[in-house]
Amino acid sequence: MLRYFLQRLLLIPVLLFLFSVMVFALVQAPPGDYLTSYIATLSSSGSSLDDAEIKALEQQFGLDQPVYIQYIRWIQSLLRGKLGLSLEYQRPNIELISERLGLTLVLALSAFVFTWIVAIPLGIYSATHRNTVLDYLTTVLNYIGVATPNFMLALILMWWAYSQFGLSITGLFSREFEQAPWSFAKFIDLLKHIWVPMIVIGIAGTARLTRIMRANLLDELNKPYMISGRARGLSEWQLIMKYPVRLAINPLASTIGWYLPELFSGSLIVATVMNLQNIGPLLLRSLINQDMYLAGSILLIYCFLAIVGTLISDILLAWLDPRIRMEKS
Amino acid sequence: MDRVEPNRIQPEGSQIPRNAEDESPVLPVPPLEPTRSGEELLSITQEEERISIASNWTLVWWRFRKNKLSMASTVILLFLALVVLFPEFFATFDPEQTDARLAFIPIQSIHWLDEGRLRPWVPGVAGKRDPVTLKMLWVTDESQKIYLRFFAPGFSYKLLGLIETDRHLVGAVDPEQAELVYLLGTDRLGRDQWSRLTFATRISMTIGMISVILSVVLGLVLGGISGYFGGWADMIIQRLIELLQSLPTIPIWLALTAALPRTWSPEKVFFAITIILALRGWTTLAREVRGRFLSLREEDFVLAAELSGASQARIILKHMIPTFTSHIIATSTLAIPVMIVTETSLSFLGLGMRPPAISWGVMLQEAQNIQTLALAPWLLIPGLIVILAVLVFNLVGDGLRDAADPYSN
Repeated sequence: MLRYFLQRLLLIPVLLFLFSVMVFALVQAPPGDYLTSYIATLSSSGSSLDDAEIKALEQQFGLDQPVYIQYIRWIQSLLRGKLGLSLEYQRPNIELISERLGLTLVLALSAFVFTWIVAIPLGIYSATHRNTVLDYLTTVLNYIGVATPNFMLALILMWWAYSQFGLSITGLFSREFEQAPWSFAKFIDLLKHIWVPMIVIGIAGTARLTRIMRANLLDELNKPYMISGRARGLSEWQLIMKYPVRLAINPLASTIGWYLPELFSGSLIVATVMNLQNIGPLLLRSLINQDMYLAGSILLIYCFLAIVGTLISDILLAWLDPRIRMEKS
Repeated sequence: MDRVEPNRIQPEGSQIPRNAEDESPVLPVPPLEPTRSGEELLSITQEEERISIASNWTLVWWRFRKNKLSMASTVILLFLALVVLFPEFFATFDPEQTDARLAFIPIQSIHWLDEGRLRPWVPGVAGKRDPVTLKMLWVTDESQKIYLRFFAPGFSYKLLGLIETDRHLVGAVDPEQAELVYLLGTDRLGRDQWSRLTFATRISMTIGMISVILSVVLGLVLGGISGYFGGWADMIIQRLIELLQSLPTIPIWLALTAALPRTWSPEKVFFAITIILALRGWTTLAREVRGRFLSLREEDFVLAAELSGASQARIILKHMIPTFTSHIIATSTLAIPVMIVTETSLSFLGLGMRPPAISWGVMLQEAQNIQTLALAPWLLIPGLIVILAVLVFNLVGDGLRDAADPYSN
């Protein structure tokens, strides 16, 4: 177990290195760079930079160097824990990102908790009350939940709340708290706002997880140990919770591997629609404006989160299921 | 000699294709004992015989047919396929025709009955400018009836690029009123939503299908190499798959599409996007194909083919792949909606297809603003079509998967 864990940990830097090359190639790929578009904007507004100024800016950001030198410089500063300077905001990237990273994590994790809290009881209910009205209803909702892109759901909810109640459900804070420093009142305000995006982001995963849970449990419910349990006089509730549910939940742990990363990056589009201050909209803006170091840093953070998500699920699975543990050692 | 005998007196029907027999323990033909008499064999009912002579595909079809939901979805899917083939026929307007004075006309609901007779019509609309806000207000005018008919004449186009015609599915009876029919309302630029939707359906559905076809080809080739040959090729392909699968998809897709030059033509962007989508799509399929190859390699019928001197290509193409074709079809059907949703999301953010190309995502760009939405909620309709398309693809895919599984009941 420990060896397996260490192996996986050692793999992280290797993966991150590969991803960093890939990410840099990506943010470097669009024709032109930030400066060319910056100069274009300036000249369209009537002002211009003289050659000396352009040279100075190019040097400052290392844009005059060949690509591989730019990459090495970027990696060097990354290793020193610096994420470079945003070309657009003229602020350190680390500041821009850390402002929003917390909210990204909170949003993804709350959606995750929502998913599990809803999906598992619903799956258990559906499987144990097979072919009842509620089971059918759950199945229908599941199909629709899986089929609805989350930004579409966000749009529908926004429109509905606005046209019915005149409410705006965008953003994570009320206006007075947006710029305010963290306080208890701000936290309460966040709780008031976070549940809509939480449901929007989590609903597709909830639908899928409910289906998996239901199917897994149905497989277990027909096994002979259920009959023997009943014969020994276990109450139905005890019997189901103690054996088949535990077995049916195990495979769900493997879903964390794809689900957590999906939540991190899935919130990206919803965040843009609902104006949530997480790193999604920041990435989108930096990509469009070719703010390449900022975009690169954010992409790398997403990669890191994806790797960690997979790692957590693999370890959890090995810990939960002795069969996998034996195989690995 | 005794052991060969029963084979000769087997009913003709049991000469079923090899793969069907391999996959289907449900076949009711009992293992024939040498001691069995001819009369016993004749007692096999006709129903059983019908099943035993059915090919694998017939069995899949029979199982699929039983699933009502999947069948209904197939019908909707076929309709969507028709729209993909003939968007001009379903459209009532040229999708690019703009007229800012006709912006935000609401949906005209179709009335089927007119004074008790079946005669569909839509009410006309009249615009009035609000004197204070200068906003255009559209009022439906029930007294003005625009009668509709099928196969009405309209703008001329070439069906499939070949046959010149001017017929459309629906249109006003009176050609003078043709410009007054807005079945799903208009958008900010006064473009007819219904007509745009038909063209968007073509683009969005084909993006989904082409990228899935690309994924299937890549997945079959690479997964096949990986599973059949093993060794270092397997090692490299598996690591590549792991690498691609641990990438955070949406951010990487965003970065990739953002890297497409703005100057590219819609056709170029279209193909670039299908390739980008397929770039990761193949990995799931390749894994599945590899697993199948690994287990099939050990099967007796493969050994038999090898011993009979079949070439490797023949073994793969004629003996191995047919055993899991139905699974590949089911898996790829389930992959199409993922591609569709991704394309829609990317285009919605302005990074996928761009105007003047029309896709569901491009149309939804018009619906980004909450004030616009409150004013013109019908702009969300393309999104509902996305949900419908994804839903039917999922239902058909699920049905196919269950039907292709010989162990299901």
